[in-house]
Amino acid sequence: MRAVSIIGVGCTRFGERWDSSLRDLVVETGIAAIEDAGVAGEAIDALYVGNMSGGRFVEQEHIGALIADYAGLSRLHIPSTRVEAACASGGLALREAFLAVASGYADIVIAAGVEKMTDVSSGVAADALAAAADREWECFFGATFPALYAMIARLHMRRYGTTREQLAQVAVKNHHHGHMNPIAQYHTEIKVEDVVSSPLVADPLRVLDCSPITDGAAALVLAPSDIASRYCDTPIRILASAQASDSLALHDRRDITTLDATVYAAKKAFAQARLTPEDIDVAEVHDCFTIGEILAIEDLGFFPKGEGGAATEEGRTAIGGDVAVNTSGGLKACGHPVGATGIKQAYEIVLQLRGEAGKRQVDDAEIGLTHNVGGSGGTALVHILSR
Amino acid sequence: MPQRYNLIGTHCKSCGEYYFPPRTLCPNCRRTGQMEEHRFRGTGTVITYTTIYSATEDFERLTPYNLAIIQLDEGPKLTGQVVCSPEDMKIGMRVRPVFRILGKEGERGIIYYGTKFAPADDAP
Repeated sequence: MRAVSIIGVGCTRFGERWDSSLRDLVVETGIAAIEDAGVAGEAIDALYVGNMSGGRFVEQEHIGALIADYAGLSRLHIPSTRVEAACASGGLALREAFLAVASGYADIVIAAGVEKMTDVSSGVAADALAAAADREWECFFGATFPALYAMIARLHMRRYGTTREQLAQVAVKNHHHGHMNPIAQYHTEIKVEDVVSSPLVADPLRVLDCSPITDGAAALVLAPSDIASRYCDTPIRILASAQASDSLALHDRRDITTLDATVYAAKKAFAQARLTPEDIDVAEVHDCFTIGEILAIEDLGFFPKGEGGAATEEGRTAIGGDVAVNTSGGLKACGHPVGATGIKQAYEIVLQLRGEAGKRQVDDAEIGLTHNVGGSGGTALVHILSR
Repeated sequence: MPQRYNLIGTHCKSCGEYYFPPRTLCPNCRRTGQMEEHRFRGTGTVITYTTIYSATEDFERLTPYNLAIIQLDEGPKLTGQVVCSPEDMKIGMRVRPVFRILGKEGERGIIYYGTKFAPADDAP
């Protein structure tokens, strides 16, 4: 296996992008990434695109070829592959691109992610997202995505004493981080009282516990580390790429309050990188709901099981804390265009490790981590990046 | 789908484990497992729950409704609705199965039936 580095990044502004189509978003971000890397189209060996549900959201499948085409690459006939793992589709696209370069099969590879979610009604969007759960044995009985995470939250609160206010603190922190991020969907700061008084979605989760419906795209350019410096003064090394799976349905899990897919992916990633959770300076984790971030910081090993809520309340996951979590604003404030999220997470970590994160820069960030979850924990991807 | 109406799952004769929903392969024994049909009693205990206020279009007319993960007395866990007021829901509460309409395809379409759960004070 060869060492692999990220030599270019791009990301669109996240939000309700009624001015742009799915293909517009990808072209915008793809151009940004290849200009950042200083590569020409002819140099690209392969494309991997994370997209969860183009068929439901914009009634377009065959996303791999579409994107190669509108990126102006159709006459070069390079292989372009869509990958899907629900909300972890972006993280999986990064992993597939990493494997293609690490194996020696390809040199310059693009990992992109895109979702255009605001062209359908919220009911249709909720149903499309529910397809990441077990359609026959969860959704058929009325389960929604917030409901699955609400059931996790309820048991976590009962078992570990996690409070309603601690859940709200995740949203407050991520909105604070997001208000410093120019590409974020929301630039408004919120208070704990705002979260706990917002409308109930699935008790105990309320509107401000939930990530929004978002349009957006992000892209990365990967290259073998030994030639990365030809393109880039600050290549960012991918120290680890790990993926794990678990039962699709929440009710079949060993423990409803732990995402074992995260636990196993994290173990593999830390072993590959020969690092421990204490070595991580900055992390982008999957906070699709506030309880999701608490699970993530426990299951990744940043804090002991059950102490994620208290750690958040004490500010240990804010910029300047033990580990800066979701400096981009996370899925909560930066937005969650499902197929793009895993790539945007790596985009944010690259900015942090290059020292280009502006007002939300973490001092001396050297090692960063991304954590992307599909469904209620059926898939998890963990990547560790280093300056 | 008769499994839904009758709570028919599977039992592995090799390791003794019960499964609902039914499975073809035993996750413990995989290809060496011997699976047979098993009809569950349907009594169980609420592991965790939520009350849903915002649903997909098919379930909007039912809001608010309770959804729970229930551990059946034979062992496996499943997701299902519990028909009672949200205030009466508790972790650890006992439930029993009830046969109910689950949904229908539009105003004049096919009606789906299946199992919901109701509070039960009975001992297992």
